[in-house]
Amino acid sequence: MIPATFDYTRPASVDDAVRALSDAGEDAKLLAGGQSLMPLLRLRLAFPDALIDLGRVDALREIRDEGDTLLVGAMATHHQVIRDPLVRAHLPLLARAAETVADPAVRHRGTFGGSLVHADPAGDLPAVALALDAVFLVRSVRGEREIRASEFFVDWMTSAMEPDELLVGVRMPKLGSGWGVHYEKFHRTAQAWAIVGVACAVRRDGDVVEDARVALTNMGPVPVRAGGVENAVRGRPVSEGTFRSAAEHATEGTEPPSDLHGSAEYRSHLATVLTARALTACTA
Amino acid sequence: MPRVRVEVDGATYEDDVEPRLLLVHYLRERLGKVGTPVGCDTSNCGACTVLLDGMSVKSCSVLTVQADGCDVTTIEGLGSPGGQSPPATGRSVPAGSHPLQRAFHEEHALQCGYCTPGMIMASLDLLRENPDPSEEEVRAGLEGNLCRCTGYQNIVRAVRRAAREMRELAERVVTP
Ligand SMILES: Cc1cc2nc3c(=O)[nH]c(=O)nc-3n(C[C@H](O)[C@H](O)[C@H](O)COP(=O)(O)OP(=O)(O)OC[C@H]3O[C@@H](n4cnc5c(N)ncnc54)[C@H](O)[C@@H]3O)c2cc1C
Ligand code: FES
Ligand code: FES
Repeated sequence: MIPATFDYTRPASVDDAVRALSDAGEDAKLLAGGQSLMPLLRLRLAFPDALIDLGRVDALREIRDEGDTLLVGAMATHHQVIRDPLVRAHLPLLARAAETVADPAVRHRGTFGGSLVHADPAGDLPAVALALDAVFLVRSVRGEREIRASEFFVDWMTSAMEPDELLVGVRMPKLGSGWGVHYEKFHRTAQAWAIVGVACAVRRDGDVVEDARVALTNMGPVPVRAGGVENAVRGRPVSEGTFRSAAEHATEGTEPPSDLHGSAEYRSHLATVLTARALTACTA
Repeated sequence: MPRVRVEVDGATYEDDVEPRLLLVHYLRERLGKVGTPVGCDTSNCGACTVLLDGMSVKSCSVLTVQADGCDVTTIEGLGSPGGQSPPATGRSVPAGSHPLQRAFHEEHALQCGYCTPGMIMASLDLLRENPDPSEEEVRAGLEGNLCRCTGYQNIVRAVRRAAREMRELAERVVTP
């Protein structure tokens, strides 16, 4: 189908974009890569009055080294993130997970920021942001604020951002040395959304697990940090037994959906199996 | 109405377009480039794949206004019509066809042909990044393109055959 009509603006700076968003009112939408928004417009599930295209705001594409943290611009594409030397060196989990998103053509346009703001429970990158203790930098004409990942994802496809706010970028602490990372994504056809996904990072000190980060995709309306699993592996020997028994905690605090891809019970089973696999892969 | 300037298959066009006009509709309905088909409403099938500034995109997920100032290559821009190409063993491949077009023909990589323009453009993107892909890499590179007919086997074979030929051609060019 053809999208409904809308006004179109293409600001060249963050300031102009934020002003345009404020001026256009509640029925305006920012357009990033369009890989979620365009299908919604075509199906007329969304019909904003105005689209503000961020495609020419080059400052939003930057990936910057800030010392202990990396700042990934909201408009950095999946393609860019996967190949970025800073991301590969300091946040390899993000590069790994971004490789599993969609297909090459979608990754050429789809952006890190768009994936996060869209807050699809089956999206792969929200769980990664949660596992990496990301901080979201948000701007509006009213000023700037920071939102922690643990507070950013509020409900099904809903973030903590206000309609007049723009995501500028996401700050994530560098992982440092000694970490192994893995994103375990379960889906049944070549290019598909996760039925369940596990974002995982494990730091080992010899044969002992020193620290771990685990977060789950599509095990509820928002990504879930699996604190129970993390606690159950810390200080334990690196072994299949450790990982198997820790993975039993994976379903704690989850509210898995039932849909045509799988029942809630099936998803809970998957979460346990995939968490054990992810922990193992991180230490292999 | 916003005015756009785009280069499509080597020619420059300037047009007033509605902001909601999808790039694929602009190509087909305004420029008559019907070589690029539309297969879905959800950006899933990949039939509409073109190159935008050299990189594959699904042209049903791009607004024409977003392509303003950009370079677009469609299936109709491949090969050099009327140009020279090694004689194909099959009959109906036009002279000057691109190695991918020839290989798809030779390897029977299409049946109804609906997915073929997108498959070829996605393959071109893949070969730009990886001139010698394994079977698995071809499958991963084409994961965003659906074919309801062939079962993919012959498509994978065709892409690898074209890759070989394109590597040989490239060598011939650099070593006079
Ligand atoms: C065929 C297909 C398969 C896919 N498979 C996967 C998959 O397996 N895993 C996965 O994670 N994703 C998948 N995606 C989605 C893809 O990752 C998109 O890139 C992503 O969801 C949205 O990013 P975008 O840049 O395209 O955002 P857009 O579609 O442009 O925008 C999405 C939403 O975010 C808002 N927004 C965007 N940027 C900002 C900003 N800076 N500030 C405030 N609001 C903003 C927009 O207003 C809009 O509401 C798939 C998409 C397609 C078409
Ligand atoms: S028509 Fe564009 S992806 Fe299907
Ligand atoms: S040949 Fe018919 S869809 Fe591919």
